[in-house]
Amino acid sequence: MNFLLLQALTGLAAASSLFLVSAGLTVIFGVTRVVNFAHGSLYLLGAYIGWSILTRLPTDPGWFVLGILLAGAATALLGLVLETTLLRRIYRAPELLQLLATFGVVLMVQDIALKIWGAQDLALPRPRWLRASVILLGERFPQFDLALIAIGPLVLLLLWLLFTRTRWGTLVRAATQDRDMVAALGVDQRMLFTSVFALGAALAGIGGALALPDGSANLQMDLSIITDAFVVVVVGGLGSLPGAFLASLLIGLLQAFGIVLIPGATSILVFAVMAVVLVLRPHGLLGRAQPVSRAEAPPSVVRAAPASLRWAGVAALALAIAAPLVVGPFALSVLTEMAVAVLFAASLHFMMGPGGMPSFGHAAWFGIGAYTAALAAKSLALPMPAGMLLAPIVAGTVALLFGWFVVRLSGVYLAMLTLAFAQIVWAVAFQSTGLTGGDNGVLGVWPAAWAADPRVFYWLALAVCLGATLALRRVLGSPFGYALRATRDSPLRAAAIGLDDGAIRLAAFAVAGACAGLSGGIAAYSKGSVFPSFIAIGHSVDALLMVLLGGVGTLAGPVIGALAYTGLYDALLLATDLWRFALGAIIVVLVLAFPDGIAGTAQRLWLRGREA
Amino acid sequence: MLEVEDLHAHYGRAHILQGVSFAIAAGEVLVLIGRNGAGKTTTMKSLIGLVRPTSGAIRFAGADIAGAETYRIARAGLGYVPEERRIFTDLTVMQNLEVGKRPARAGRDPWTPRQLFTLFPNLGEMPTRPGGRMSGGEQQMLAIARTLMGNPSLVLLDEPSEGLAPVIVEQMARAILALKREGVTVLLAEQNLHFAARVADRAAVIETGRIVWTGGIAQLASEAGRYLGV
Ligand SMILES: Nc1ncnc2c1ncn2[C@@H]1O[C@H](COP(=O)(O)OP(=O)(O)O)[C@@H](O)[C@H]1O
Ligand SMILES: [Mg+2]
Repeated sequence: MNFLLLQALTGLAAASSLFLVSAGLTVIFGVTRVVNFAHGSLYLLGAYIGWSILTRLPTDPGWFVLGILLAGAATALLGLVLETTLLRRIYRAPELLQLLATFGVVLMVQDIALKIWGAQDLALPRPRWLRASVILLGERFPQFDLALIAIGPLVLLLLWLLFTRTRWGTLVRAATQDRDMVAALGVDQRMLFTSVFALGAALAGIGGALALPDGSANLQMDLSIITDAFVVVVVGGLGSLPGAFLASLLIGLLQAFGIVLIPGATSILVFAVMAVVLVLRPHGLLGRAQPVSRAEAPPSVVRAAPASLRWAGVAALALAIAAPLVVGPFALSVLTEMAVAVLFAASLHFMMGPGGMPSFGHAAWFGIGAYTAALAAKSLALPMPAGMLLAPIVAGTVALLFGWFVVRLSGVYLAMLTLAFAQIVWAVAFQSTGLTGGDNGVLGVWPAAWAADPRVFYWLALAVCLGATLALRRVLGSPFGYALRATRDSPLRAAAIGLDDGAIRLAAFAVAGACAGLSGGIAAYSKGSVFPSFIAIGHSVDALLMVLLGGVGTLAGPVIGALAYTGLYDALLLATDLWRFALGAIIVVLVLAFPDGIAGTAQRLWLRGREA
Repeated sequence: MLEVEDLHAHYGRAHILQGVSFAIAAGEVLVLIGRNGAGKTTTMKSLIGLVRPTSGAIRFAGADIAGAETYRIARAGLGYVPEERRIFTDLTVMQNLEVGKRPARAGRDPWTPRQLFTLFPNLGEMPTRPGGRMSGGEQQMLAIARTLMGNPSLVLLDEPSEGLAPVIVEQMARAILALKREGVTVLLAEQNLHFAARVADRAAVIETGRIVWTGGIAQLASEAGRYLGV
């Protein structure tokens, strides 16, 4: 009994910090409709800045509170800069580009924090009052956690007063519902958006600083908190503050008890709850359907490539086939990596472009394929072809099961659910040390003897990856491909002409998952080992970048994007130890400069040239 | 007060407004009349800046506002009451009015909630009711009142009589006439000829994105058959 109470209190304390961060995220989303990945970075900065401030202040509680508030003010200022320089320019961009641009900021902030504060975790020296505890039912419970528990409802109350009792709050709530109407009433939304963003940033920063006494400032805290905050915001309903509060309690308690019930698998529990909530209430506990306030560009028709591009493709293929005869082993490994990347990107493009299902967790399928192939080789001692065959089968089957939840969602919700799922797969790979070796990975996955020569393996990878990519293109040109695009462009009309859009989307999802799994299976054999990083958010983002770099609206896009991105990435790794910063900056610039991607921009220029 | 010249607008590739031209004098009620899909709403959205016109000029209060930002156009004195009303459903009547509130025009008294409640007595009975729990007619009144809180010199009213019971329609007509007495200029979009004839001074008939006839509201009645197919 006592134990349950203490665990519940622990959960409530966690819920409070989670609520601070999620409240900022949900308020920002409500008004600006931007899912701000960089919110986790503001949390991280709040912790680091808080550490720098608090370690210089006297250690009394009063100074502590001041230090926390100062950290919040500092992140508010940083949020202000971020909003006016970047966010403001992408409010009308497609959701995925917003996610990507803000992920670019995440990468940049990681390197900045590393440069300023170094790689070690920074913990706060804990004065006596921070270590004090109270006796509850005969058990000791940290006093600071009790204070945390009170902070959540307090912040909710303050925010509620702010939003219901002030003109600013009324304008924000109005803009949350209908931005255009607010503008038509003469309100300058830029001020509104900037101030909302700064408020959200302050909340994230305070949340980060408050995490210091029970933990530390570290370089991983941005992505771990953002995943939890995404789950909270999606479960609570995007844009709903009370929803975020409820969901924080739910998730906080779930994690506190989950650790006891099924240690090491709390993420599965969280995911299961999220899936159930989204199936019962597709817009979250207290959310509602989002009005489409985006000036949506009409989805461009996927066109066949012009003849000149075809010839360029044939020439490139000839070069690719001939390459092993001239290039060295390093270049060959890059080429193999490129072949894998092409299929990985093409599989994401398949569901995202023509299928209209933007995934933020595509690495899940790649990882499942890779681990399947690796474990087939290591644990079952199956020959390589069997492993490579199992990879897409297992990934496709899991995608079919998981897709059942996914295909009924769209937009941000879909992106968030796929992201959460990938995080779960990652956690399973990371935590099941017995099976997967955890962080050490599965090592020694070598190709069969007949393919042991890197050149032979390269040709094999090229044949399989290009074959599967071409097969995907064929499918897009088939009646199924047209049906898929019909469900994307006008679901109602598609239903009216008798298309079962759920089944079509599910099939597309499973095919995409299987192909990504196949690329993962090949990657396992080509690298000789498999690690949880195959499933990390960063790898899902790689796939998105390839597709977006190439352009969603063209068939050649993912291929060009995969080649360009792999080349860029490897070049950056070689060129600078600040590669994260460089990559992040490139992402941001690309999103701002070429929202259509390389192939899309080329296509537009080409079409314009023809029309002129 | 407002001059629209050769206005063109597109939705994607669809060429919707194909050269709309008309003018309104200060204090006048002009009705833009035309069938469903003729381009009335698109014209109004182009005026307020929610649709970006592809070409043409919109002169309002001495400046060309074509393509300007919506909030700037609104601050210049153009009020917009959309066809779908777009009430803030979570906000109460008073809060909806608060969102619309802007400083008074030079040399004029500002609209106050109290005056608006005399204009629309129904609203005065429910100052704290959330917009989402009001009838269509009440929402229409609130939408107009909210826009008037910005003290516009010209109000765009997109089909204010659409879908309302005859009693409410009559109330709308009286409200528009009251606005006119207050010196507010009104551009009305309508399909309802009777309603238009009751409140408007002049009419401009729009067909597939072009103004095909302009004249006094009295003449419209005799020409109506030709244009409106009634
Ligand atoms: N958002 C939109 N996208 C594409 N076409 C539209 C859109 N809104 C209106 N249209 C088309 O523009 C034309 C004019 O519409 P509208 O201005 O709403 O007419 P009205 O208000 O006179 O009924 C119609 O053919 C309509 O189908
Ligand atoms: Mg209309």
